[in-house]
Amino acid sequence: MLAFLIKRLIQAVVVMFVISIISFSIQDNLGDPLRELVGQSVSEAERELLRDKLGLNDSFLVQYVRFAGKALQGDLGNSYFFKKPALEVILAKLPATLDLVFGATLIIVFLSIPLGVFSALKPQSIFSKLIMGLSTVGISIPVFLTAICLIYIFAIELSWAPAFGRGDTGSFLGLWDTSFLTIDGLSHLILPCITLASIMLPLFIRLIRSEMLEVLQSEYVRFAWAKGLSPSRIHYIHALKNTMLPVITVGGVQIGTMVAYTILTETVFQWPGMGFLFLEAVNRVDTPLIVAYMIVVGGIFILVNTIVDLIYGLVNPTVKLIRSK
Amino acid sequence: MPLLQVKNLEVSFALRNGSVKALQDINFSVERGDRIGIVGESGAGKSVLGFSILNLISRPGSITNGEVLFEGRNLANLPAEELRNIRGNRISMIFQDPMMTLNPVLTIGTQMIECLKAHRQITDENARKIAIQKLQQVYIPSPETRLDQYPHELSGGMRQRIVIAISLLMDPEIIIADEPTTALDVTIQAEIMELILELCERNDVALIMITHDLGVISQITKQLFVMYAGRIIEQGPTKEIINDAQHPYTQGLINALPQMTVRGERLQQIRGSMPSLNDSLTGCAFNPRCDHAEDICTETLPSYTASGGCKVACHLVEKMKNQEVLS
Ligand SMILES: Nc1ncnc2c1ncn2[C@@H]1O[C@H](COP(=O)(O)OP(=O)(O)OP(=O)(O)O)[C@@H](O)[C@H]1O
Ligand SMILES: [Mg+2]
Repeated sequence: MLAFLIKRLIQAVVVMFVISIISFSIQDNLGDPLRELVGQSVSEAERELLRDKLGLNDSFLVQYVRFAGKALQGDLGNSYFFKKPALEVILAKLPATLDLVFGATLIIVFLSIPLGVFSALKPQSIFSKLIMGLSTVGISIPVFLTAICLIYIFAIELSWAPAFGRGDTGSFLGLWDTSFLTIDGLSHLILPCITLASIMLPLFIRLIRSEMLEVLQSEYVRFAWAKGLSPSRIHYIHALKNTMLPVITVGGVQIGTMVAYTILTETVFQWPGMGFLFLEAVNRVDTPLIVAYMIVVGGIFILVNTIVDLIYGLVNPTVKLIRSK
Repeated sequence: MPLLQVKNLEVSFALRNGSVKALQDINFSVERGDRIGIVGESGAGKSVLGFSILNLISRPGSITNGEVLFEGRNLANLPAEELRNIRGNRISMIFQDPMMTLNPVLTIGTQMIECLKAHRQITDENARKIAIQKLQQVYIPSPETRLDQYPHELSGGMRQRIVIAISLLMDPEIIIADEPTTALDVTIQAEIMELILELCERNDVALIMITHDLGVISQITKQLFVMYAGRIIEQGPTKEIINDAQHPYTQGLINALPQMTVRGERLQQIRGSMPSLNDSLTGCAFNPRCDHAEDICTETLPSYTASGGCKVACHLVEKMKNQEVLS
């Protein structure tokens, strides 16, 4: 367990280092921050003075070391636009984004497993063929189209669910504001969560189906039949558990990726989350905010992967993370 | 009535380019306490035969003709519920590769207890006791601890012992052993064979031993069935076949045994390889590889000729016999 955590920590450090280098280089090439900081009226001499003061004239390396040193203390600079610490600005929007990701993950888990398993167990049935057909279509439809269709049908035509904003939030133990705690919040979650889930759902259904089909062909499943076990025991105890092992691994990566997909979803639904903020930051060339976003997303990635590995270790007896022998 | 009687069994696989008959015209019967052997080279259809007895052939394969009568009931078309009562309970099977047979994510205990629970009303505690008892029968040290272990924590030989213990859980009448030692270390192959033999003898279990190793089978079984390309081409008392095989294929198999070769000479082998089942071959399937083949061999399928206690599917049995007498 300890060895695992240390390994993870080293990995995290390497990943964060790479992210910081990339985001820092972007910072250098994203246009002139001074244009954002000061108006047109400031003279060139004054600008040069400001550049010096901000350290923008130092070499790349010097600037990076300064940046990294501060970053290690949690200081990613002030947002040019909000005039507040960038990290603080981003983290304030984190709960909204995590609401979305969490909601979409729930949808994916509760739909992909039954649908994938069903279509593997009854590949010839019409319903399975429908599932597979729809998932093929689903994979090829771009997110914004899904979003627009959903908004048009359910928000505009039927007015069943609101199409933008986050609605009321409730406080979870006084630590965290989430839309899951109010009816209004939940209704606001529906469409964006479906949209976000729609990106990954077909992929997961197909993955679960193909893994399950493979497991059903395995020798140990055949042996389970030879023992005279009931079909439900064979399908749900023998086959499903083995099916889920690779799905958990892929799932972890995909859920991490979903955080990035929130940029589009949040923009379409005017969802006040990190992704929406990030896009605004890009438009305003608010580099500290952009960098902070990338680092926070990188951190989430590492965290999700670590949690997934822990779960994997719990489910798979051949991986020993926690069980010490 | 024999305990198990296989009649005209035919198994086909529906493949994209037509269907392939993996088994044809299989006939044999097994009495209580019998020990029969099924030999043949890789791809002859031995495993398919073993699985089809338990009606375990899965898509795209199916039993397309014939019957598997167990105590008079035809397993080939028995309702799933009744079939379940027979599998693992009255007839059980030991698979080829113990590394793949046990479910990697379930403990040994779970995989044993679930089998007991599938066939009778029993508490976890009692099921555990029986499981431990069976593990002792297959000479597994400290069985209690094994129950809580996962398959990957055990060696191949140990796993096959556990599979054997599972096959014994319900005291079946028949055990089908599909090459139970091929995946194992040579050093433990004999041990496992002996174990199976001992247990079958002690419990009066009929054994269907599938193997491609004639050496093993001659020590264990009374009746022998030689398979080639999905058919039984020679059958009879094991001793008779080993000592005086009639079919050129069986002769080839026996001559290929290392102990049949004089020291220093090259190992003999049967030239060529078994035809793929979807090749449209007329006549005897062995004819392209047979040293004695004549026109008739490529034209018509041989029927069985009685020869001593054996039945041989070869056109030339009589002729070759006469030649032998002459020379
Ligand atoms: N799932 C399948 N799909 C298509 N054909 C199959 C399938 N399983 C078996 N067959 C056919 O049945 C034939 C016999 O296979 P089988 O596994 O019984 O051979 P075997 O005698 O057990 O060989 P080995 O000694 O290698 O185990 C194969 O050559 C193949 O043509
Ligand atoms: Mg086989």
